[in-house]
Amino acid sequence: MRQIIQRYRAFLVVLIVMGILFLFNRDLGGATFQKAGHTIWEMLFIIPPIFVLLGLLDVWVPRETMVRFMGERSGVKGVLLAFLLGSAAAGPLYGAFPVASVFMRKGVKFSNIMVFLGAWSTTKIPLILFELQSLGVRFALTRLAMNIPGILIIAWILSRIVSEDAQRAVYERNTETQS
Amino acid sequence: MEYLMSTFILYGLTALLLIISFRKDRMKTRMALRKALKAIENILPEFLVVILLVGFLLALMNPTVISSLIGADSGLWGTILALLVGAVTLIPGFVAFPTAAMLLQGGAGYMQIGGFISSLMMVGVVTFPVEKRYFGTKVTLLRNGTAFVFSIIVALGIGFVMGEL
Repeated sequence: MRQIIQRYRAFLVVLIVMGILFLFNRDLGGATFQKAGHTIWEMLFIIPPIFVLLGLLDVWVPRETMVRFMGERSGVKGVLLAFLLGSAAAGPLYGAFPVASVFMRKGVKFSNIMVFLGAWSTTKIPLILFELQSLGVRFALTRLAMNIPGILIIAWILSRIVSEDAQRAVYERNTETQS
Repeated sequence: MEYLMSTFILYGLTALLLIISFRKDRMKTRMALRKALKAIENILPEFLVVILLVGFLLALMNPTVISSLIGADSGLWGTILALLVGAVTLIPGFVAFPTAAMLLQGGAGYMQIGGFISSLMMVGVVTFPVEKRYFGTKVTLLRNGTAFVFSIIVALGIGFVMGEL
């Protein structure tokens, strides 16, 4: 019991703060809880399939395969695959983090994980189509033309700034929390 | 609509793979499901915090407020504000693009909208607790920091292409 409270401490603190907010400002507090409820509903749609797919990936795809395709020596192929997987994804960016976590355990290269996150955040194919429609061809294509090199450059910079030791620490964090 | 479609595809694909997996090996499938459940349970505390923060932000930042923040003022200050609003907000793309189109009609510049959309999609301030859980504080700060700087460049690029600079 104490352990559960410990784990949910941050949540309880925020909940209490929101509760106090509700007492002082009914409108804002009420709207907050209403929107939070809506967000839970939205997450219920996205989270379970992502985690089930990850469970399947974890069990069926051997580490060697992932290393070969997206690992340290995967080269251009790995970058391309990371880009395509991120762009084909569905759902908001927070859905990408657990995927990245399994990738880390399967030995996917750090820079490829950053490419994957970049692609998931901003070059998702259905969203590009929607952007073309709502903001026009010129706007959407300019952004896409900047995003593709931008994602690669950010991934490259991050894999340089974050030392190998720090990268290893991030990978270790994901082996211990999951297994 | 786009949202429903992708949810539908996601569930369809998951169901299909689950059935194939179950036919091939029941034990492994059971293990996969157990892992999925455990992974959800692992991240649940952080997710709950994010849900409350997102709820608060959505309550605070409805389209009217956003448009009053990044309204017709098309200057440098407006662009900086748009970048910041994008960084702290978390709204799905299918809401963001119509909102952005509405802001454009309301007189906002393309440069601001470019900055807003880019930082909205790439930078996540409210989702920090979840990202930190997987990547640690340092990498999370660096990723969001570089993504924010990149969004400034995107804003400038859009402003240039659209003839505002």
